[in-house]
Amino acid sequence: MGVEGIGARVVRKEDKRFITGKGRYVDDIKLTGMTHAHFIRSPHAHAKVKKIDSSAALKMPGVVAVLTGQQLVDDKVGNLICGWAITSKDGSPMKMGAWPAMAPETVRFVGQAVAVVIADSKNLARDAAEAVVVDYEELPAVADMQSAIKAGAPQLHPEAPGNQVYDWVIGDDGAVSAAFSKAANVVKLDVTNNRLAPNAMEPRAAIADYDAAEEHFTLYTTSQNPHVARLVLSAFYNIAPEHKLRVIAPDVGGGFGSKIFIYPEEMVALWASKKVGRPVKWTGDRTEAFLTDAHGRDHVTHAEMAFDANNKIIGLKVKTYANFGAYMSLFSSSVPTYLYATLLSGQYNIPAIHAEVIGVYTNTTPVDAYRGAGRPEASYLIERLMETAARQLKVDPAALRRTNFITQFPHQTPVIMAYDTGDFNASLDAAMKAIDYAGFANRKAQAKSQGKLRGIGVSCYIEACGIAPSKAVGSLGAGVGLWESAEVRVNPVGTIEILTGSHSHGQGHETTFCQLVADRLGVPISQVSIVHGDTDKVQFGMGTYGSRSAAVGLTAILKAMEKMESKAKKIAAHALEASEADIVIENGEFKVTGTDKAIAFPMVALAAYTAHNLPDGMEPGLKESAFYDPTNFTFPAGTYICELEVDPGTGKTSFVNFVAADDFGRLINPMIVEGQVHGGLVQGIGQALLEHAIYDANGQPVTASFMDYAMPRADDVPSFNLSHTTTLCPGNPLGIKGCGEAGAIGASAAVINAITDAIGKNNLEMPATPDRVWRTINAA
Amino acid sequence: MYQTTYHRASSVDEAASLFGKSSEAKFLAGGQTLLPVMKQRLASPSDVIDLAKIKDMIGVEASGDTLTIKAATTHYDVATSDAAKKAIPALAYLASLIGDPAVRYRGTIGGSIANNDPAADYPAALLALDATVKTNKRSIAAGDFFKGLFTTALEDGEIITAVSFPVPAKAGYAKMRHPASRFALTAVFVAQTKSGEIRVAATGASQSGVMRVGAIEAALKANWSPSAIDSVNIPASGLLADIHGTADYRANLVKVMAQRAVAAAG
Repeated sequence: MGVEGIGARVVRKEDKRFITGKGRYVDDIKLTGMTHAHFIRSPHAHAKVKKIDSSAALKMPGVVAVLTGQQLVDDKVGNLICGWAITSKDGSPMKMGAWPAMAPETVRFVGQAVAVVIADSKNLARDAAEAVVVDYEELPAVADMQSAIKAGAPQLHPEAPGNQVYDWVIGDDGAVSAAFSKAANVVKLDVTNNRLAPNAMEPRAAIADYDAAEEHFTLYTTSQNPHVARLVLSAFYNIAPEHKLRVIAPDVGGGFGSKIFIYPEEMVALWASKKVGRPVKWTGDRTEAFLTDAHGRDHVTHAEMAFDANNKIIGLKVKTYANFGAYMSLFSSSVPTYLYATLLSGQYNIPAIHAEVIGVYTNTTPVDAYRGAGRPEASYLIERLMETAARQLKVDPAALRRTNFITQFPHQTPVIMAYDTGDFNASLDAAMKAIDYAGFANRKAQAKSQGKLRGIGVSCYIEACGIAPSKAVGSLGAGVGLWESAEVRVNPVGTIEILTGSHSHGQGHETTFCQLVADRLGVPISQVSIVHGDTDKVQFGMGTYGSRSAAVGLTAILKAMEKMESKAKKIAAHALEASEADIVIENGEFKVTGTDKAIAFPMVALAAYTAHNLPDGMEPGLKESAFYDPTNFTFPAGTYICELEVDPGTGKTSFVNFVAADDFGRLINPMIVEGQVHGGLVQGIGQALLEHAIYDANGQPVTASFMDYAMPRADDVPSFNLSHTTTLCPGNPLGIKGCGEAGAIGASAAVINAITDAIGKNNLEMPATPDRVWRTINAA
Repeated sequence: MYQTTYHRASSVDEAASLFGKSSEAKFLAGGQTLLPVMKQRLASPSDVIDLAKIKDMIGVEASGDTLTIKAATTHYDVATSDAAKKAIPALAYLASLIGDPAVRYRGTIGGSIANNDPAADYPAALLALDATVKTNKRSIAAGDFFKGLFTTALEDGEIITAVSFPVPAKAGYAKMRHPASRFALTAVFVAQTKSGEIRVAATGASQSGVMRVGAIEAALKANWSPSAIDSVNIPASGLLADIHGTADYRANLVKVMAQRAVAAAG
């Protein structure tokens, strides 16, 4: 692998600028003549906007304009879209209400923008915003799904009667009914998957710069996928055609899904920049992030699992209500359907599955993909069910899982996914060994003698990553293809620029992608740079989410590298007067195999550009590109086991040990993989113990600051004990599965299974706050 | 933040004088409450008078049976003070639990008690230890100082200069942290004075702010041990309730934290 090749623990190239404060984020960019936007947001969860009086604000110092939702309508700026069409079980398309970037008539969640002040400074804009008088007529609001679906509930959108977006089904209802009719045991479980606020470290921001002479826009934005942003802004929002819109996503401080989507603020900034004739900057603050960044999760589910007399699962039925908030965000519709229900087979051989998902509007912040996106909800449900079943059937939880593991691959589940490879016993074995599962009973007894309740919890997760084969997702309603593109540019002196449609916002692509090049050519990674995040530099790309950048994005780079190497070999063979088939690449040289004849890679590059002595008919230059469309999803899987103690006096949970045995296929940089797993586990633990975005009955957010919303901190989580088992993914040449979301997908069930084991009661919702655990312990 | 005028006072007298000249001045100590509130535009003082750099207001001193902490001393300095750790280790421990490192490097004892947040740590220590609040005008017993939520006996423009704590025979502090804010979800300070008086104060529990817990004091007077508190009944009525803790839960925590504080006190 070489010291910087695939598998090496290379220190991250990008960290020098991040750690020394030299990163360049959207808010760091200052343009000449730049104005600042401050949005006026609804304090009500549901209200009519009767009148907006901006006359006083317009007279205030430094105010350039006050723009309203009605002006957006007048200028025919399009509404926000949802890019994945879901069809209900009755054949009808999903029912969507319009989402204008600023509300001209009706606001439907606290924080929805109704107007924007553009001024010479951020503070002046904020001053003037206080002088804008908005006359609201409050309407009854509904914040929780159970209330929203009841007859007589306040209605959000006339297009969606009963606040229902869709009623979607997957699987074979008849087969499931047959299985349940012959079941020896049925296990039932109700679970709530709590709503989370994503909280990337960098709040969202945008700068729009309109060049009237060229009729051209430049948008700097905190995006995980700038090309998709340009596509959507051009094709649906009537902002500008693609060749007149450049989108730049520079350094971005974390996304976790929340920066995939197009939000009202960047649309308004673009439109406003043209209206006022100056660049417009908006930087959200933390409160705006809590109110307007798309939230995650928020499911309420009833599930039943049928077992035969040998404890084999024979059927699963699931009914889930999914909260979408007040509007359908860009990919929201796909999250509780094709990213959730297709993973309900877990790691288990389940012959019959049926799931029904009802999407619901409420007067809350829109909900969309958040690290894991549907797969954490599926994994949590299945792993809570397995634990519940083990307790009910009185068998060891690990043994019950083993009894039901899929062991033959490929494996077609009843819910679309065809698992390509895996070894679920191997990861379970590794995790059980790492935590000394056999010795737990003794440790539990010891803890009991000290007044502590000790528990152990297993979670065997599987996810579908490497998103995604374009044809497959197209057939399921996706509005885009999910391939990736790459370009390899070799400069005349042999340095290399890799242009990629993947976007790095913390993942370390500037290091890992270089490692592939170093691995293939034997050049140091200092000779390679990664170019991403700019639609003028990179022709197209689908961005970073769904643990796809290595499995899909890096494979695209590999394909482009192979093309480049093929041409370079021809040049080298010509120069060395050898056969192309005899050329091998070693340590930065092109060699004639079995001889000492060689030419250094920079000389090959120079030859390509001088073009003095190229093979007949060959074009000069050394630059190749590739589009790579995966043939299947990838299926990272693993086992997490958590051991913890509960203090019966306070209900407080303390970790004793947390082991993770993951199968991610081939690892490019194990250090970066470990960082990804750590971050994911912390988010999973955060969901299990701490985090919950809560609204009161009137739709007022209760957790809109870090004083109330409990983000996990370093001392809330244990040191993690990580290991890897490996089955190479057969779907891509590098054998990569993806590692970005696993921790967030698998961790929460391990924690709740362990707490419920400790306290001896099975019903416990997330987050398992000390109060909630204490009340569960003391419940009759 | 709205426009404001910042003053860095170099003495208590100068600070008091600056306050008198301004229409709507606020004193700034560690700024852990005032600055976030100003950033959110929920406070708009015309003038901010910084007390944190007044040399006479910083330091921890032990003398005889009294530990004196000057008002602008940070939580970090109290937590790491040899004098505090020797005289009243429970007090240094309390300071080490306030907020997070960033808060402890900035926040001050004077700022904390002047704000009198119902879930702040220090008020419990002052009340349980029968401390005296020294101002530029007078001395106020802790029992007279705290007047309910965010309210104190301080008069307009009055500046806390120090807090003096009688060194107790025994003292202990136990805190259940609020998972988000790191204030006290409920915390209890117990003390046995050198004259044998038992004083117990709980913070984060009552809707009226820091409170003495008479029932626990009585139980401990009869028998200074954690188990003495087992049979005490703490009613949930009048206790705080929020998403992180119901009133019943806080009532339980008052007992459990008191037991752990007694165990820690020895």
